[in-house]
Amino acid sequence: MHELSIVMSVVETVTESLAAYPGAKVLEVRLKVGALSSAIPESLEFCYGIATDETPLEGSRLVVNVLPVVVHCAHCNQDAELDGIQSFRCPRCGEPCSDLRQGRELEIDSIEVDEAKETA
Amino acid sequence: MTTRIVELRRGILKKNDELAAGLRANYAKAGVLVLNLVSSPGTGKTAFLERTLTGLKARGARVAALVGDLETDNDARRLASSGVPVRQINTHGECHLEAEQIGKHLSEWKEIALDKLDFLFIENVGNLVCPSSYDLGEAIRVVLLSVTEGEDKPLKYPTMFNSADAAVITKMDLAVPCDFNRELALKNINEIRPGIRIFETSAKTGAGLEEWLGYLETERASREH
Repeated sequence: MHELSIVMSVVETVTESLAAYPGAKVLEVRLKVGALSSAIPESLEFCYGIATDETPLEGSRLVVNVLPVVVHCAHCNQDAELDGIQSFRCPRCGEPCSDLRQGRELEIDSIEVDEAKETA
Repeated sequence: MTTRIVELRRGILKKNDELAAGLRANYAKAGVLVLNLVSSPGTGKTAFLERTLTGLKARGARVAALVGDLETDNDARRLASSGVPVRQINTHGECHLEAEQIGKHLSEWKEIALDKLDFLFIENVGNLVCPSSYDLGEAIRVVLLSVTEGEDKPLKYPTMFNSADAAVITKMDLAVPCDFNRELALKNINEIRPGIRIFETSAKTGAGLEEWLGYLETERASREH
């Protein structure tokens, strides 16, 4: 259960980036989480409410976009998206694939802020 | 309301990744091969590591180990009997080791110098989930699985098995009493991490250890210069 420390580092990074937008209120934080990242979206959402309490992110929404695994198949010489993480084989030809091109991401994609206070 | 989308595109574990990259560069410069051992609690990491440390020492290699646990220094005391430098890291509840802890312990550990070592083993906290996200700068991540755990463990914990560079099956001496289906276990590991090198070992009988030690020496030699 390391989702709390992941979410706490999200709060830290977003708070730092808010320095460029004084008075702005965070409405939404969007994450990109690879299917192989070992972070569970439900756990991230559960921890988010706790970790954002009494921070500039309090009351904001967390949106977790899960990215499927993409492998490169040497046999087909093409990238292919996998349906799940139970079998690492090319969906076209069935050959085993260990060349990962997507699926381990754990990043903050963007945030949505309300700058109303700044312009008021 | 004036809303604006701010693109951040920032890695959440960027701090850990940067520290790990720094450690990896230090290890390479010092010429030490660093391995990160991960498994469930009770797989036999410590017994396997004990055999590995004594085996490498007997072959003339300079070895040391960092061992991570939530609490107690039982593992470090047990491993110290092998006569190599061992240091315990207590995470006090954290379910994984992070690069920052490794860096801190290495800098405080006066008994060893990285450039005087051939191998450094990091025994992670027993957990097949969280440690997969935290790079410790290791050259080789080793996932261990015992014959008592069930052949489908790789399918249940694909994030960890897919991130590993080598797999070790432990407690092979119990394979028969446990009705361990070896072919199925090998198939499942390969389904999640095609082509991974797999070692079948027993810390009790010493089975498979010669092959494992030979692999370590070859890996170290192949990375020199």
